[in-house]
Amino acid sequence: MFKRLICFAVFFSAFTAFAMAEELNLKEVATGVFVHQGIHALPDRQNHGEIANIGFIVGDRCVAVIDSGGSPAQGLALKSAIKATTKTPICHVINTHVHPDHVYGNIAFKEPGVSFIGHRKLTQSLAARAPYYLEKAGRDMGMTLKNEDFIAPDKSVDSIMELDLGGRKLILTAHGPAHTDNDLSVYDDKTQTLWLADLLFMGHVPVIDGSLTGWLKELEKLKKIEARLAIPGHGPVASEWPKAAEAETRYLEMLRNEIRQYIKQGKTMEQAMAQVGQSARGEWQLFDDFHKRNIATAFAELEWED
Amino acid sequence: MKTKIYIKSFCFLLAGLMLANMALAAGEEDAAWNNVLKQKYFGDRSIDESTASIELTAPYRAEDPALVPISVTAKKPQSPTDYIKTITLIIDNNPVPFAAAFHFTPESGKADIATRLRFNAYTNIRAIAETNDGKLSMVKAFVKASGGCSAPIGADLEAAMARMGKMKFKLEGDKVSLNQPNQTQLLVSHPSISGMQMDQISRQIKPAHFVNQVKVSFNGKPIMSAETDIALSTDPNFRFYFVPDKAGELKAEVKDNQGKEFSYTQTVSP
Repeated sequence: MFKRLICFAVFFSAFTAFAMAEELNLKEVATGVFVHQGIHALPDRQNHGEIANIGFIVGDRCVAVIDSGGSPAQGLALKSAIKATTKTPICHVINTHVHPDHVYGNIAFKEPGVSFIGHRKLTQSLAARAPYYLEKAGRDMGMTLKNEDFIAPDKSVDSIMELDLGGRKLILTAHGPAHTDNDLSVYDDKTQTLWLADLLFMGHVPVIDGSLTGWLKELEKLKKIEARLAIPGHGPVASEWPKAAEAETRYLEMLRNEIRQYIKQGKTMEQAMAQVGQSARGEWQLFDDFHKRNIATAFAELEWED
Repeated sequence: MKTKIYIKSFCFLLAGLMLANMALAAGEEDAAWNNVLKQKYFGDRSIDESTASIELTAPYRAEDPALVPISVTAKKPQSPTDYIKTITLIIDNNPVPFAAAFHFTPESGKADIATRLRFNAYTNIRAIAETNDGKLSMVKAFVKASGGCSAPIGADLEAAMARMGKMKFKLEGDKVSLNQPNQTQLLVSHPSISGMQMDQISRQIKPAHFVNQVKVSFNGKPIMSAETDIALSTDPNFRFYFVPDKAGELKAEVKDNQGKEFSYTQTVSP
């Protein structure tokens, strides 16, 4: 009986994977701002790494894609969803940072007339990680990627870049080390929507792959922006700003304060990883998958503070 | 009815395949070591697989593959006639399996060493101890790299580059206890980058840049020295023991593969 269940599970998951590639659910959260909501899960063979919030913004002349998806197939699904929504051509693909769930759909958009935009450090970060990410895509997701699937930006954002889509202007900001060392946020002036991608986690525990103190610093600046809505990289399609950042800020501050205490008391990284912040477990999904990792990264950063 | 039988036999086949795969994987774990690495690093010398001399602590899951805390604990104190000379760490499936070799003296007190390493794959890590009589013994542990977006790169290389060469010693308390093993931690700021091979993306090849030699002494007497490679995490970190007989100076001398040298001294008192 058990074996038969496994068999059905195998058939069924193959079936849903096929169905997923066909259609992408998108929600128009503000005029011309479309978001697909990801799921809180680790990338695996069932979800093909299609876990992040991705989407696009439509202007009079141009469409800008914001994060292309977690697989080439999801990139294609996003592209066909865009074609089904508007006749306006796709001019830009904005990659908010280096992580696979945000950039593996790039290849679907590569054609003349489409420019890829990213943080000034995105190219370097992609180059350093690609060999490892290639191997991991095969191991974790059963996905065969080639070097050509890693598309570096042809336009890079040093600090601020304005992008005119026709009738609406996007302001792209390159941030200091925070979630990663190559985070880009996008502000749409027409609808006052702040697309934060992984600078904002909701529900899914924040992941530190850049700098804990840097992230808190960037959040302080971001909170001053008068936005009606914020779009997180993981969480609901849109939320009220800056309220949306409360839980994340609380988590990051807790980590910073507790780890500083551990370092001051001469405790080791291993001790911190075992003990710090366990009380926050109930507040976050994927806590056991990322919390200890966050402690290691933050510990290695904070021990150089004095 | 017929369909049912087909499904059943398909399931048996599937289960059989899975079992075969698992058996293969178990044998494969040691293949690189047995076929290549042992010969490469230790030649024909015999290595006893035993926990009599040292113990290895490694997490089964590498939470952050860029920062995996590893520690080796010696089973008995160092004595002038019976001590551990060298502990070598090998990570079978890393691009460069040799991670580090740490050398100790009787003055080390205890041949314990803890450090942070990068893991590129699901792999065994081995610690091989050589005692002063020339005997080799080995312990190993299996480490799974974690999922998610992790990569065995430093999170903020620019910060590490900006403070390159900065070092500090951390002691367990403000003062040392004389004539017994005291734990100390050496922190070295260094980007420790393995080089960027994807020149088709970056259009530039950044050369590897990592710490390859560490020497620590107390009042001029060597306590711990090491040859290290790119498996060392960004901002290398070492925890070990020394036995002070009076107040004095802890000194660290560090070299990297590009010929840069850094040194640092810190006064300690009882």
